[in-house]
Amino acid sequence: MIRPDAPILLEIQGLHASVDEQPILNGVNLTIRAGEIHAVMGRNGSGKSTLSKVLAGHPAYTVTAGSVRYQDVNLLELEPEQRARIGLFLGFQYPVEIPGVSNLEFLRVATNARRQERGDDELDTFAFEDLVRERLNVVQMDPAFLERSVNQGFSGGEKKRNEILQMALLEPLVAILDETDSGLDIDALRIVASGVNQLAGPHTATLLITHYQRLLDLITPDFVHVMAAGRILRSGGKELALELERTGYDWVDAELARQPVEVP
Amino acid sequence: MSSAATVGDLVSQPYKYGFVTDIETEKIAKGLSEDVVRLISAKKEEPAFLLDFRLRAYRQWLRMTEPDWATLGYPAIDYQDIIYYAAPKQQQKKASLDEVDPKLLETFEKLGIPLSEQKRLSNVAVDAVFDSVSIATTYKEKLAEHGVIFSSISEAVKEHAELVERYLGTVVPSGDNFFAALNSAVFSDGSFVFIPKGVECPMELSTYFRINSGDTGQFERTLIVAEEGASVSYLEGCTAPMFDTNQLHAAVVELVVLDDASIKYSTVQNWYAGDENGVGGIYNFVTKRGQCRGERSKISWTQVETGSAITWKYPSCVLQGADSVGEFYSVALTNHRQQADTGTKMIHVGPRTRSTIVSKGISAGHSVNSYRGLVQIGPKAVGARNYSQCDSMLIGDQAGANTYPYIRCQQPEASVEHEASTCRISADQLFYLQSRGIGFEEAVSMMVSGFCRDVFNQLPMEFAAEADKLLALKLEGSVG
Repeated sequence: MIRPDAPILLEIQGLHASVDEQPILNGVNLTIRAGEIHAVMGRNGSGKSTLSKVLAGHPAYTVTAGSVRYQDVNLLELEPEQRARIGLFLGFQYPVEIPGVSNLEFLRVATNARRQERGDDELDTFAFEDLVRERLNVVQMDPAFLERSVNQGFSGGEKKRNEILQMALLEPLVAILDETDSGLDIDALRIVASGVNQLAGPHTATLLITHYQRLLDLITPDFVHVMAAGRILRSGGKELALELERTGYDWVDAELARQPVEVP
Repeated sequence: MSSAATVGDLVSQPYKYGFVTDIETEKIAKGLSEDVVRLISAKKEEPAFLLDFRLRAYRQWLRMTEPDWATLGYPAIDYQDIIYYAAPKQQQKKASLDEVDPKLLETFEKLGIPLSEQKRLSNVAVDAVFDSVSIATTYKEKLAEHGVIFSSISEAVKEHAELVERYLGTVVPSGDNFFAALNSAVFSDGSFVFIPKGVECPMELSTYFRINSGDTGQFERTLIVAEEGASVSYLEGCTAPMFDTNQLHAAVVELVVLDDASIKYSTVQNWYAGDENGVGGIYNFVTKRGQCRGERSKISWTQVETGSAITWKYPSCVLQGADSVGEFYSVALTNHRQQADTGTKMIHVGPRTRSTIVSKGISAGHSVNSYRGLVQIGPKAVGARNYSQCDSMLIGDQAGANTYPYIRCQQPEASVEHEASTCRISADQLFYLQSRGIGFEEAVSMMVSGFCRDVFNQLPMEFAAEADKLLALKLEGSVG
């Protein structure tokens, strides 16, 4: 939903970042307003996943230039946990397994950290169980997964559903979903997409990172951005994704040659 | 900021039990000789059998050499530079706690072990040992109503000499090993527990050991006997002040269980571990062994080891009675320059004996944490079974973990299983938890607690939370 007067939730300006002194992001500009769904596409190694990790505050990445404003705050100054508490959510491409830590307890601690930030009461074990059982419906997940260790022994599809369940519990303002569609069969993809659609609303925004049109058939983006060499090379509406599906990324190299990377 | 460095900062929290109590102490001169052994025995007004026991041990010790097979490195210990007896100066043990030196009560209060009547834990009886002597034992009368004897071993020697004589040294003989022989020669105090036939001990029993003097060795001796059908749960806790010298702690614990009896022995060890450069700290050389003499008897060791500069400790079970059961659940956490070589021995003698070993080692800083365990199945142990699981967790990239399992099986119809794993708290796991709003410290603590859960579940309820808190304190810095 595009409303030009909607408040800006996330504003990325000239963002440069590197890992092990190797530049990966080379000047990303992106503005996301409430109610919008953005899709970032691009070839492997174009910097899509790095963008999501930098926004979430992964310690392996160093921001070398640029700024990111989240509502009224300088996002880059915050620890990863603080970013999460104020409503930024990253759905991981490869959610890690955490043996010995109960999924239910993990979800409860995470939910309460977010609730505390919003000034809501902490939920005790019983109140939380009620909430989590209701939210399980969003992703049609078996309650048995709550009793297991975080992501341990989960299939690819189950891990992704667990990600969307976390999103349903944390109620983020900006959700970044990093290749949530990868490794999913068509049924799992439908469930995950329907979960994302249920959670999208006029006051929140979603940033989808994906390779494929098939996710965008289920979640309709308002904007599509093509990343290459660590920046956004082209932006357009949902028709840009369809065009990519037809033409592929061959045009990218020519375009890159025309727009050399600026050194900050 | 690398996450390893940050974990390093986290695990470097100060030791909060490092204070020294300023109290007048009676000490004997440094050094060890036959005269010193006789002097200790005389000070304690011991019967002849005990003096003989001590002298026999001392003579054996003189001929023994310190073991060097453990994965531990430390400068040679000068056994003549240690004080073998120190006691807070007060008249004979008081009939009532109200007469105990308030400074001592205050010390234990600061340690979280209130001894005064009003503040005690309602379902835990405590024996408090300060340097070489027991200063107070709570709930003695209530326990006596059930026929349970819970006292310092010095008192037991006076009041129940025949019981002590019957069992002392029968599980860990005086010449068992270098440190056990030393302890047998000079032990000063410790706890004695006797649960008569058919009695289920009505409350948790607990001994709290406190080293206070800087140049004193602590050599306590604990003896627990559970007669036919009896059962007891016992917990020991330990702390010491911070000194830049090392103190020697060489304890012996003996457990005896008869038919259908059981002893659950839990330890939360938090001796001072030395500073981040490895200066100071307790050298902890302990012999703990239980004997399942009776059929269907059971011994369960649970230990949470977080302190000591050096830990050398292998709580063991001799499974003699048919169908007897031995268990060992251990969490050993090392940090900075700490070294731990710890594990268990399960000696299967009788038929259908069963043992379970679950060991969790956590190494941080520059520490080295070794599991060393023996499972021995004798020729008569038909149908014996053992299951061992040894897991190591590494925090940072400077710490080491070793596993040395020894299996000797002389019985074809026995089953022995061993599983081992090593994991590391990865930056990606921490980031995952953080990206869900969970702070860095809490994330580390959640993962460590999760790793230890199998063992914490074995601790008595009252202490499981305490153990969790202790690890959190060592790793997290939420002091107080």
